[in-house]
Amino acid sequence: MVIDCKHVWNYISDFIDGALPEETRVTVQKHLDHCEICSAILDSTRNIIILTADDRVFELPVGFSERLHKRIDLEFMRLAP
Amino acid sequence: MPQMMNRSEPEMIAAILAGEIQLFHELIRPYERSVYIMALSYMKNEADAEDVAQEATVRAFRKLSSFRAESKFSTWLISITLNEARTRLRRQVLVRMESLEQLLDEDTRLSPALLRDWREIPSEAIERDEVRKLIQQAVDQLPDMYREVFLLRDVEEFSINEAAEALKISIPSVKVRLHRARSMLQKQLAPQLRLVNRPPKRKLLPWL
Repeated sequence: MVIDCKHVWNYISDFIDGALPEETRVTVQKHLDHCEICSAILDSTRNIIILTADDRVFELPVGFSERLHKRIDLEFMRLAP
Repeated sequence: MPQMMNRSEPEMIAAILAGEIQLFHELIRPYERSVYIMALSYMKNEADAEDVAQEATVRAFRKLSSFRAESKFSTWLISITLNEARTRLRRQVLVRMESLEQLLDEDTRLSPALLRDWREIPSEAIERDEVRKLIQQAVDQLPDMYREVFLLRDVEEFSINEAAEALKISIPSVKVRLHRARSMLQKQLAPQLRLVNRPPKRKLLPWL
């Protein structure tokens, strides 16, 4: 089976997650092997996911954890007067 | 108290409900970040997000007896967080209505940014303010329904099933939304990051 680029784009996400049925995965892989545009789309998507998942992109505010646990303690105190 | 650390989540929850409330601190610790990130994705500012994170955590403590063991604590906690955030937005009358278009177009195709090749952007690039800002803005601009799926799955590393459970949507919906979120980010970010990543011009080889 041969598929065109537009079909491959629909499979990119499932391809990254390893969630495609084997037959489809092979078809997509074959397309990627010879299509530099789809390969670049796959590579850039994967790269962007990795960058976004980096802890430095979304950081917790300084002191967040301390304040959260203080708030929990406050709740405990409410329970045990 | 090292023996406490080794308790499984269900054991910790049972112990908390039996009166060892201090254990709640340990129970919540692994999920603090996820709670905050999901709150931030709705509230859009740090102060409100922190407030929502705190209230959701306290609410989870108060409701702990209603937690059912068939779901995971993490997904249960995230649904409470999202509820808290949505309730607060509604109260503030700030709820950004998703346009009809956004809700109806799940079937339509989204074309990616077309590139001939991709030069890998290394993680060190995150150290640069401009790169972090580009990524934050792009995620921020995603429609809510795509952003929440993307953050849970790709940033907080929930499984597809866990994301579906936390968001109370079907697994196929998670997959469709995740795909769209990733495509939108690729479309927006690939051209921008590529410019940022471009090596300095080599004056001696003008034809490059």
